[in-house]
Amino acid sequence: MRSYTGEYELVIAHDVPAALELLACGEEWRPIAGGTDLMVLFNAGKLSYRNLVSIRRIAELRAIESDESSVLIGAAATYTQIRASEILQGEFPLLVKAASWTGGIANQNRGTLGGNIANASPAADSAPPLLVYDAEIELQSQLGVRSIPYRDFHSSYKRMMMQPDELISRIRLPRRRWTREYSRKVGARKAQAIAKVCVAAAATLEDGRMHDVRIAFGSVAPIPLRCLRTEECLRGQALGRETIDIAKETLRSEIQPISDIRSTSDYRLQVAQNLLQEFLLGLE
Amino acid sequence: MKSRRISLIVNGVRHEVDTLPLRRLLDVLREDLGLTGTKEGCGEGECGACSVLINDELVNSCLVPVLQAEGSRISTIESLASEGTLHPVQQAFAEAGGAQCGICTPGMIMATMALLSTNQQPSREEIREGLEGNLCRCTGYIRIFEAVEKASGQHR
Repeated sequence: MRSYTGEYELVIAHDVPAALELLACGEEWRPIAGGTDLMVLFNAGKLSYRNLVSIRRIAELRAIESDESSVLIGAAATYTQIRASEILQGEFPLLVKAASWTGGIANQNRGTLGGNIANASPAADSAPPLLVYDAEIELQSQLGVRSIPYRDFHSSYKRMMMQPDELISRIRLPRRRWTREYSRKVGARKAQAIAKVCVAAAATLEDGRMHDVRIAFGSVAPIPLRCLRTEECLRGQALGRETIDIAKETLRSEIQPISDIRSTSDYRLQVAQNLLQEFLLGLE
Repeated sequence: MKSRRISLIVNGVRHEVDTLPLRRLLDVLREDLGLTGTKEGCGEGECGACSVLINDELVNSCLVPVLQAEGSRISTIESLASEGTLHPVQQAFAEAGGAQCGICTPGMIMATMALLSTNQQPSREEIREGLEGNLCRCTGYIRIFEAVEKASGQHR
């Protein structure tokens, strides 16, 4: 059933302090940006937050900037902005690909990276690249600014290490080069489909051995998952059949996919292992 | 919560509407302004039937709180034909058989307008991507893609 619109308040914040003031006032205000998740809940009568502050017109939250060591993406930057950003195309291609896989053009014009993070879906398209790139989430409140590694940000299903008075303001991506980067989304349809399984991975090779490797999966656990044990069993190893088989077995024990309307646990386990194999074979 | 006066520029005309701020742009267009060309399909941003342009960008109007559109330029399907003459994109859809029941058509055409505004000669793959958020269950996508090619002067 549709929500009763009269029960909801929405105000536009024109700068960050105005948004933070509302988030801190104790009346359970929540930020809204593009509305591609929250308005779906609203239309379905399931939006529990009654007081919304729009942050999508705050210029500093829309900017994509860089310094020597990192690229900083404003939380209200849209997928369309991410796809169009030259620096992201050049240095963080997995994030740009994930943005192109999210929804359709209309959703990409409105949906934001900060919103995707705060929606906290374990199937979020942007989550595996953010994990592989070791993103840091910058949180602002009236008390100040703090950062938290993205791999620690989701504590359990839909739970995040942030307070109600905090706003995700920027996402920091450390700049570095990889020998190979890989990502893939497996879903029912290319556009407008939520992933059955999605993966992002990157590796640097030295003398035929994996010097550094990062692997992250979506839709295989209650949170987007950086697969640290699988990475550990690959680090320093030469590529080959045995290494790949051990990595696949480790991955199998590290993920806990469920059966739901989109897929089954068994299918996700098998596909996740196949995707890991595809990534590793591509390194040879 | 109280209604407030919100100013919208729709199809080049300024409108002042008294409404609740979280109301869907889709409902304001259809119910307050009588612009019923924009359709509601799924109501959750999956089907694209409610596609309109805000400041030339394609959006699903079922997911836009009207207050967020304040002061923006909104274009709906009603902006295209003028004095009884179809817009070339509409004409191409009619001629190529790119519309059957018609429910998805306004959204398909607005997605086409957005695509052609930045890419005047899109490839078939680019057309598929430009219209990927618009679902059709009766016309069939091939004729719709052919209509877009016709509209862009790439008649096959």
